[in-house]
Formats: sequence, structure tokens, C-alpha cells
Amino acid sequence: MTEIVVLSGKGGTGKTSVTAALSVLIGKEAVIADCDVDAANMHLLLEPDFSESYDFYSGEIARINSELCSQCGRCQQVCRFGAIDFNEDGYKVSELDCEGCDYCRKVCPEQAIEMLPRKSGILYKSNIRTGTKMVHATMGIGADNSGKLVARVKAEAKEIGQKENKSIMLVDGSPGTGCPVVSALAGANYALLVTEPTMSGLHDLKRVVKVIQRTRMKMGCIINKSDLNPSMTDEIHQFLGEENITLLADLHFDTEFNKAMILKKTIVETDSPIKLQIEEAWGKIVETISKK
Amino acid sequence: MDKSKPVKIAIASGKGGTGKTLISTNLASYISEKTDCLLVDLDVEEPNSKIFIEGDFSLQEEIFKAIPQWDESRCTLCGACTTNCKFHAVLQLGTMVAVFKELCHSCYACSELCPEEALPMKPHKIGEIGILKNGALNFMECRLSLEEEQAVPLINQAHEYVNQHFSDSSIQLFDCPPGTSCPVIAATKNTDFVVLATEPTPFGLNDLRLAIETMRGLNKKFGVVINRYGIGDDEVENYCISEEIPILARIPFDRKIAEDYSQGKIAVRGNEKLRKAISELFINIENHLNHD
Ligand code: SF4
Ligand code: SF4
Repeated sequence: MTEIVVLSGKGGTGKTSVTAALSVLIGKEAVIADCDVDAANMHLLLEPDFSESYDFYSGEIARINSELCSQCGRCQQVCRFGAIDFNEDGYKVSELDCEGCDYCRKVCPEQAIEMLPRKSGILYKSNIRTGTKMVHATMGIGADNSGKLVARVKAEAKEIGQKENKSIMLVDGSPGTGCPVVSALAGANYALLVTEPTMSGLHDLKRVVKVIQRTRMKMGCIINKSDLNPSMTDEIHQFLGEENITLLADLHFDTEFNKAMILKKTIVETDSPIKLQIEEAWGKIVETISKK
Repeated sequence: MDKSKPVKIAIASGKGGTGKTLISTNLASYISEKTDCLLVDLDVEEPNSKIFIEGDFSLQEEIFKAIPQWDESRCTLCGACTTNCKFHAVLQLGTMVAVFKELCHSCYACSELCPEEALPMKPHKIGEIGILKNGALNFMECRLSLEEEQAVPLINQAHEYVNQHFSDSSIQLFDCPPGTSCPVIAATKNTDFVVLATEPTPFGLNDLRLAIETMRGLNKKFGVVINRYGIGDDEVENYCISEEIPILARIPFDRKIAEDYSQGKIAVRGNEKLRKAISELFINIENHLNHD
């Protein structure tokens, strides 16, 4: 199974719209993983049935048993995260601040503190309208998007893919260059970059390319809204050339993307000229991944 | 508004690319035409505001977090540190103790619980801040080093830095990281008002809902700016109205605004449509802040 990860560096470049369009093109052959868990949107276009769901726990959280607490204040002294508040009801852990380091529990002379697993999201396995399966997730408020949920989404998708003999695993990665991106990249064979010709688009593209280059995987790039700033588009072309990244398509700004989205469709299900370009881009990706 | 205390306004969004940076840079520029304003780019993984701000940094400072450093001469290889670190950041490997700094949360447990004082905490660079002054506008950029994965310690320190050095800046804007995970919580913490940027599309609505849930969970005062108004449907607007969430401004979709943005230009100076929206935004924020 070939694993393709779609990344953008910057948010809002059309990464998810492109990934969803590819899912429609590839159809049954692919298993889909929505690893953009912080702003998961693929479900809006692919109509998942949320058939299976699992609570996801990651890390721990401290809880003080007020019946055992003698109010010595030791926990508050050692907590480096200001997570222990004191008021007339005694000491209490602020869930949003606690990092789960366990230091307070270790120093509490009354053994009044216990560590509980922290629920940080929900994971779903769904059947989607393209006749295949998708693994996706929602993250709890203020949860630590450290990449663990992303890794889990990917692992589940991989398992499905292998069991059902899929040839492609298509992963919608998250924006940025931090831990969730690194998790999404782990074990992948190809990185598809979706960018836009803005200064920040290019800047963030360079950052994410640097991260991907640590892995040596092949890369291809789609420039979305390329006509909004032709000279910046040229600059991106030049950068891609220097880094040996295949230019897969220059897509013109097209309101069809939004119109399709409102109808819960992808761009390849419209009459937009972009449909053909995405098909061609996919052809180039297939060529590259079937080479080795 | 309490005139003696700076007003802190966060600009955030459920996902990137919805116009957070467009809004913060143009709002900062607009405010600084009349009065002192500080703009802090807290999108530490992808700080992009600088592109829109003229001038070079007059001051650059490194930011550190504390991590333990193994003192071989004191260590008796008792193994306490390995058990005390919840994050598996300290491991005893044969006759040495290794610290994995990317995993360390700076909780001090290993260090302070080490019976031999063999793991003193030492500063480790995690990023940089840059500062410049341009007329009435002070700008501060916070950038996470590429190898670093945790944004929260840098964001917390940036807030502290602002409190220490910019207490006389009466209006402070914070361009926050996108999403709903812990970096956003850290970035919006201690701010008085949050502006949520979104787009009138199904993706925009989905991300906005998550952002609103987060802000409600944090008990924040907030309002919404609809960017690229006109490209999609009315669902975002209907949602805000039914939930009684104030719409602070609508920035019309305008090719010229998009082009200026892609070229790193502050459009509020020349583009009447944007200027109208930004001034409306500022008036509405002031009204909401004065309302309690
Ligand atoms: S577990 Fe750590 S972060 Fe949480 S309250 Fe205890 S000392 Fe603070
Ligand atoms: S300071 Fe805390 S997180 Fe860091 S190595 Fe020590 S015990 Fe682990």
C-alpha cells in the first residue's frame, strides 16, 4: 500500500478540498485518513456514516481527593504549570493547565492525589460515499495535539487498508510543521504539497519542505489560486525546481471550489477546468509512485 | 475600558488561512494611525505578520525553556529520574543518563526529586523574538525553532515578555495560532476579547463551531469576523444570529484585497472596502469591551 500525505505548511490553501477531490478520483482503491484533527473537514465532503467511534485517551490529569487533603500546599509549590488553585473549598486542579507530570502526586504526604487518564478526543471509522472507509477524529477542547491522535488515526487507517487490500492510503495532514505533521509523515511514501502564491504560502512551504526532506520521500506540489499573484507563482516554480519537487498543477482561482463545497461535492464533480488538471496531477503522482 | 491597563485582543480562528493575519496586521496598522498599538505574532510555528510590517528588527532575543542536564560526576545511577519523568524524557542507558529535550515538559520532577542533585535544570533555546517600532506601531514576532515541537512554553513566555516590556502599550493585538488545541489556549489566555476569523463556507462554519466551543469553554468574550464575505452561503451568518454571537465585521470578497495580501501589502491604507470593514471591527470591539 502506498501512503500519500497531503500537506500545506500554511492553512487555507485548499489542501482538504484537493484531498477530498483525490479521494473521489481514486474511489474504492484508497483508504482515507483525516489527520487534520485540529480542523477536520473532510467529513463535510465525503459523507461518513460515523459507524464506529472510540474515545481517545492521551496523557493524564491530576485529581485531588479533598477528603484526604490536609491542605499542606506542597502540590501547589511544586507544580510548574500553575495548575493547582486554592480557594475556600481547598486545593483543586485546573484541568486546562495540568500537564499531567505527576510531580504533585509524588510529593503529596497524604496520598490525596490520583492521576486519571485524560480524554482528548473521539476517533471514528466510517464508510464514505466513495465506497471505501475513512478514519477521522475530533479533538477535545484544549487537548494536546501532540501527534498521538494523528498517529492513531493513521495506524487505524493502515490496518483497514491492509486488511481490505487497498493500494493507496490517502492522508490529509495538518497545517504547520509541528508534531502532528511529523506524525502524519511517519512511514509515508509521497508528500503532496498544496500551496498558494502568497508570501506566507511560499514561506511556510519552505518550512514544511525542510521537515519532509529529513525523510527523503518524493514530493509534488499543486499551486492553488496561481493567477492571484503570477510573480509569486514564478518564485514558487523556481523554488520547486531547485528542490527537485515536481510541479503537478497551477490551478487558477475558481469560485467553483466553494460552490461545490456548499453542495457537499468536490471540484472533480463539477464542470470546472480544474477537474482535468487534478486528474492530470493524479496521473503524475501515479507515475512517480509506481517507479521504484 | 480601564485606561490604566492595556487592552488585550486576540485574533484567532478554527483553522488557518481564514484571514487572521489579514485582520491583525490591517487592524494594527489602522489603530496605529491614531494611537499606540502593539501587534504580537504568536503564530509561533508559522509567524507571517512580519511580511506586512515595514522595517527591520531593532532587537532580537532568544527564548529558553528549562531542561535537565545530567551531571555525571554526581550521578549514582539510582534510576529515580527515569521513574519520575512521566514523559519518558530521561532514560538510563547503560551507565549514562540521556535527556530527550523534545519530550521534556520542564516540570522539574526529575531534577528536584533527584537525591544526588545530579540533574540541574539548564536553559535550552526554543525560539526567538524580534521587536521593531514603526511610528506608533510596536511589533513583536515570536518564532519557534524548527526542531522544537512544543509551542506552549514559547507562547507563555511571550505573554510574560509583553507584560514586562510593553505595559504602556494601551492596545495589544495577538495573532494566535490556528486551531483549538493547547497553543490557542495559551495564546488567548489573559486576553480580554477574542476575534474569531472565519469564511462563509461549510468548512468555515465547521471550524468556527469548534473555535466557539473552545472560547465558551474558556469563558472568553468573543465575536466573529466573516472574511471573504460573498464567496459562499449564509450559513455562518445564520448560525451566529441564532447563537446570539456578535458579527463584528464582514470583509467583502474582493480580488484586490486578495492580491494586495498575496503581495504583502497593508490594504487598509488604500482599499476603501477593507478600510470600512476594519474601522467597523474596531468600533465594535470597543463597544463590546466598554459594555461591562
Ligand atoms: S500533575 Fe503536574 S501539572 Fe498537573 S497539577 Fe500535578 S504538578 Fe501540576
Ligand atoms: S523536567 Fe520533567 S519532563 Fe523534563 S525530563 Fe525532568 S521529569 Fe521529564
